[in-house]
Parts: sequence; C-alpha cells; structure tokens
Amino acid sequence: MIMGQEQIIFYFFAASVLISALCVVVMKNLVRSIFLFFVTLFSLAALYLFALADFIALAQVVIYAGGVLVLMLFAFMLSNRELLNSLKPATSGFKVNHFAGILISLLFLFILFTVIIKTDFNQLDWMQERVPINASDNTTHQIGIHTMTTYLLPFEILSVFLMMALIGAAHLARKGNKG
Amino acid sequence: MIPLSHFMLISAGLFCIGLYAVLTRRNAIQVLIGIEFMINAAVLNFVAFGRYDKIAGGGQMFALFAIVLAAAGVAVALAIILNVYKYFKSIDPTKTETLKD
Repeated sequence: MIMGQEQIIFYFFAASVLISALCVVVMKNLVRSIFLFFVTLFSLAALYLFALADFIALAQVVIYAGGVLVLMLFAFMLSNRELLNSLKPATSGFKVNHFAGILISLLFLFILFTVIIKTDFNQLDWMQERVPINASDNTTHQIGIHTMTTYLLPFEILSVFLMMALIGAAHLARKGNKG
Repeated sequence: MIPLSHFMLISAGLFCIGLYAVLTRRNAIQVLIGIEFMINAAVLNFVAFGRYDKIAGGGQMFALFAIVLAAAGVAVALAIILNVYKYFKSIDPTKTETLKD
C-alpha cells in the first residue's frame, strides 16, 4: 500500500490525538493534563479538515481552545489550593476501581473495533446514493444556507438553550450564593 | 481519500480514553475532560459521515450543534465544580458524598 502525503499527515494527526489524549488521562499533574488537552483539540481540528469540514475545524479551535480551555484553567486556578500538595498515597479502594475502569474501557474498545471492522460501509443503503463533498466545495456557504432553512428549528432551540445554560452558570457561580 | 472506517476507529479509541477518564479519575476537572473526549469522538463521527452527505449537510450541522452543546455543558459543569469546591473544599468526586444514599 502506497502512502500519499494526505495519508501520512492524517495518520500523524490521528496518532497525535490518541497519544496526547492518553497522556491527558493518565497524567497526575492537572496543569500538564489541561495543556495537553489543548494539543488533542488542535489535532482533532486537523482531523476535521480531512473530512472536508473546514468550518467545524475553525469552530473547534475557537470554541474549545478559546473558551473551554480558558474556563478550565480558571476552574483549576480557583480550586487548586490543596491540590498541589495532595500527592497522597493511593487508598485501598483505588486499585480495584482503577482496574475495573481499564477493563471496562478495553472491553468497550474491543466491541467498537469489532463492529467497525466487520461493517462494510459501502453496502449500506444510504451509502449507495451518497453525494460526497468535493474538496472544492464551499462548505461554509452551505452551512449558512442549511442553518437558515433545513435546520432552523434546532438552531433556534440551541440558541435558547445556550442562553439558559449561560444564565444558569452565572447564577451557580455567583458570589454569596448559599447552597 | 481516507476511508470512513479509519475515522471511526480513531473516534472509538478517543471515546474509550474518555470513558476510562470518567471511570477512574479522582479529579472532577479530569472527569470533565473525559466527557469532552467522548463528545469530541461523537463530533468526529458526525463530521466523517457528513462527508458523504452534501445535499442535506446533516453531519456538519449537527457536529456544530454538538460542539455548542458541549461548550454550554462545560460552562455549567465548571460552575458546579467551583461550588462543590467552595462547599466540600475538594473536587474529588469520591469525597462529595452528601447525595449518596
């Protein structure tokens, strides 16, 4: 099998996503883990580009790297007072919990892998009449049209939901909020 | 052109890493990062399928919606984490046991 440039870059970013995600999860130091999360999110945005979703990739960078990560750093800085000197030895219940977690995730991974490998996607009904996106298509333009026509209702519901979530978050984080 | 199943394998791996974080981490922020990984795995699947759906554009639209939902979820979750820290002086999920039976 010959590897073109596209394949090499794709698998590089795929490996970057998986390895950095694994490091984020096993890292003991929360600051390192949050900054590695940054690497994972950027590599994921690169993978979205390979599915010809340039607008989604941009939204990923803006929303996650710009919003979510800053929020997480704030939450970390506001809640780390005793976290830095809490390198306490693992309790007895921890090992069992840890082992069960690994087992469940690995079994689930195995199930997902077998399903995906055994499925022949070209046989599916909707794949027969597919219309793939070309690299030259203007998907941002298409997304704008779809937002205002086919998916107008989800878009409006989402905007109301987002406002509810932001008001709720502001209320929860309010100073002097007892209980 | 990257085959669809490769996108799905990567997203399956990412989902299981997120699942592992949710199940075993002892820090609420890392649990939240695990949930974000799971949402991002779903978004990757949406985007990969959306490549074959030029007419309706459903994959990309709902990927966008899922990203916005995840952002809203993070805002609320971090507000809750700050309150939990104020109340329990710890963000270890195993120590916040007032809601337990």
